[in-house]
Amino acid sequence: MHIGNYIALAHHSEQELTKAFRQVAEHHKDEPDIEQICQLLATWSEKHVNELKTFIERYSEENSNEPERLTQSLFEEPRSGGGALLRDLHDLWLMANEAELCWIVLSQAAQGLHDKKLEAACARFRDDTKRQLAFLLTRIKVAAPQTLIAAD
Amino acid sequence: MEQTRDSIKDIWGERTPYEGHWPVRVDELTEEAPDRWVQSACVLCSNGCGMDIGVKDGRIVGVRGRAVDAVNHGRLGPKGLQGWMANNSPDRLTRPLIRRNGKLEEASWDEAMDLIVRRSNDIISKKTSLGIGFYTSGQLFLEEYYTLAVLGKAGLGTPHMDGNTRLCTDTAAAALKVSFGSDGQPGSYTDLDTTEAILHVGHNIASQQTVLWTRILDRLAGENPPKLVVIDPRETFTAMKATVHLVPRVGTNVPIMNGLLNLIIQAGHINPDYIDAHTVGFEELKQLVSQWSPERVEAISGVPATKLREAARILGTAKTLVSTILQGVYQSMQATAAAVQVNNLHLIRGLIGHTGSGIYQMNGQPTAQNTRECGADGDLPGFRNWGNPEHIEQLARLWNVDSNIIPHWSPPTHAMQIWRYAEKGSINLLWISGTNPAVSLPQLERVRSILQQENLFVVVQDAFMTETAQYADVVLPAAIWGEKTGTFTNVDRTVHISHKAVDPPGEAKPDFEIFLDYARRMDFRDKDGAPLIKWKTPEECFEAWKECTRGRPCDYTGMSYAKLSEGSGIQWPCNEQYPDGKPHLYEDGVFNTSIDYCETYGHDLVTGAAATKEEYKAKDPKGKAFLKGADYEPPHEEPDEEFPLWLTTGRLVYHFHTRTKTGRSRQLNEAAPDAFVQVSDEDAARYGLKTGDLVEVASRRGKVVEPVLVGDIEPGLVFIPFHYGYWDDPGRKRAANELTLTEWDAVSKQPHYKYAAVRIRKI
Repeated sequence: MHIGNYIALAHHSEQELTKAFRQVAEHHKDEPDIEQICQLLATWSEKHVNELKTFIERYSEENSNEPERLTQSLFEEPRSGGGALLRDLHDLWLMANEAELCWIVLSQAAQGLHDKKLEAACARFRDDTKRQLAFLLTRIKVAAPQTLIAAD
Repeated sequence: MEQTRDSIKDIWGERTPYEGHWPVRVDELTEEAPDRWVQSACVLCSNGCGMDIGVKDGRIVGVRGRAVDAVNHGRLGPKGLQGWMANNSPDRLTRPLIRRNGKLEEASWDEAMDLIVRRSNDIISKKTSLGIGFYTSGQLFLEEYYTLAVLGKAGLGTPHMDGNTRLCTDTAAAALKVSFGSDGQPGSYTDLDTTEAILHVGHNIASQQTVLWTRILDRLAGENPPKLVVIDPRETFTAMKATVHLVPRVGTNVPIMNGLLNLIIQAGHINPDYIDAHTVGFEELKQLVSQWSPERVEAISGVPATKLREAARILGTAKTLVSTILQGVYQSMQATAAAVQVNNLHLIRGLIGHTGSGIYQMNGQPTAQNTRECGADGDLPGFRNWGNPEHIEQLARLWNVDSNIIPHWSPPTHAMQIWRYAEKGSINLLWISGTNPAVSLPQLERVRSILQQENLFVVVQDAFMTETAQYADVVLPAAIWGEKTGTFTNVDRTVHISHKAVDPPGEAKPDFEIFLDYARRMDFRDKDGAPLIKWKTPEECFEAWKECTRGRPCDYTGMSYAKLSEGSGIQWPCNEQYPDGKPHLYEDGVFNTSIDYCETYGHDLVTGAAATKEEYKAKDPKGKAFLKGADYEPPHEEPDEEFPLWLTTGRLVYHFHTRTKTGRSRQLNEAAPDAFVQVSDEDAARYGLKTGDLVEVASRRGKVVEPVLVGDIEPGLVFIPFHYGYWDDPGRKRAANELTLTEWDAVSKQPHYKYAAVRIRKI
């Protein structure tokens, strides 16, 4: 059974996402909405990380290096300049999509295993991730024209 | 001076007790006997009292309330009776000014407008009109906002247009959209004449809308007085009359409202038939508020559980209920989420759409409703939905332009973001009309530094040399109320006409004419090469606006200048079906939420994320109202060792906005000549302070020096009125907004003025 592998992937994705939301909040303190909402969204991912612990114990987590690889390529170093915010939000969106896909995959497996608790947890986590994605997309759409056309 | 009453000493005047029909009482103040009276309405709060302007020898000499008007039945408040004196002030701006070698110098209109046009074209050639932003007001007339909206959206095609209404009423609009699908207040002021109970949340109505409060005082003095529930952290004039006064800690409106709803649901004081037939989301709401027992609410808000129960009993059992909500909710944490809970209270009890029950998501300014309706803020004209392509097509057909020019690719830019773009250098021309951000925006040091940026060209259009105008590159002298004709709409959807009574001073021009002049000089054209803006007079503009509203919730098609000049103001919708206007919206329980009609596809109340049309389609409520809520989040800045006190800001009865007008009326100015910091008896003892002592109040963002006023406030909280700036007293830092935070509600984008952590020090 390989479900442990995927729980590890989800776990790492959310850990990295938590870190990334906090990093973006910190880097873009001068954008109050980014700072505040990203701090809040970090706590959602952090909650997922904590709540996954029961399932890690149940399915014994197998380590995988994949999620770190993804994050490293996205957040190699802090960005600055006119397009920095847009690019950072762009990367957060990609990372959150990774998390969402994990919940979809795990939910499928949970159904196959008749693990109602895991299935319910995946549904709850996915709802949160979708709300993270919706925020990021809204903010990206707002920033895009100004950044690409009018910024210095 | 002749006056029917001294409104400085006795703010609300003599009681005329009643139940059912509010008696007439005509208030009047004149300096000389007028030759003639000209029909108008008051522009010094959002109440919109009908008034006549007295004119003698081409000069305004006084005002009187209009007995026939449905809003005020002849009454006027202290600001209405005396604010007109600003029109005659000797320091009015009378000629355009241009900054040359660092100094503002007089110029001709041609020079000033040519310079603005040259700058505009230069920016457009480099970066499109995304480099141009407009920051307007809640104090211009409908015709002026609509002209500005059309030139901005179909001439320039910039999404960067907002009003200072963002600071005072955008949560009102947001909350109405969330629950009912569009802006528009459901009730009528006449509901106060019969209602059994009244709820004021974060709304010091006694000071803010003195005439509306007079209506309530008269009910309280009559037969079957309504019960009054007030939620406010200060012992205001309003709170003093409350049956139950809840005194929450700053930033805890959501726990209080969730707790009240929980008690009402638990007690079974709901209307299940109404909920079933006319709402969606009840089970989720019930689940959400069920976590808020009175004891938990008490632990977080400081409101005793017994008091919360008392309030819930009144709000749960009254057969009719009028609720009003204002800045205590709108300028605080979770503004929209808390405001929406008041809508929910009415929905779950079925107290909406009939006589005696109404919700006022209040406006602060007299014409803020029109800023929103006309699209001079972050909305589209006629409550259209920026996410709905058919709505954009409707506007494109109306204006005969290609729909691509109308910026609708994302939500229109809100004020705080416009200022941020200016700070970052991506907006290079900021045109400010009828407002004074150098006193009214949060964190003033930052605002001043933006206004002085080399790469920002600032146009200020005003009647006086305001604190903001001093930083302008071009100052345009504007005519004001009494000097121009136009219409405006108050909180209960009543539209008034205000006729020109006198000429403006010097070369000052109505904002309407200035915007038309800019559109003409920029040579904005429609698809067929004809001038984009086809109207030349306010009345022609009003006729064009009527077409824009046809079939929309704010339908004006049944009105005309002639009809508005007959007697009382008229409520929208006013059309063939309702030729005399309509007192209540949603009488049939059908709301503006259907997918083709709604003004918005909704937002996440916590993150502000916008929902898409596809998402909305999946849950299309088809005319049912939304019951939505959010859980509690603490404020982002809380008192700590370094800054141990909460600061909250607000208004005084004698002043409006930044005192540009009211500070120029001798009586109003003398009644409240200076800012102050109000502290509790306990804190006064702790810091060794007595009334009149000077203290320094500091936050992480700035410092002010204020005289102390002791009493009528909770320990740990201090209050500073926001009206005071520097034009008449540059001697000391005193503007409350030196201290406030640059942050805003996720949905309405309204800044948080109601809390900041501060420390005080006797000097």
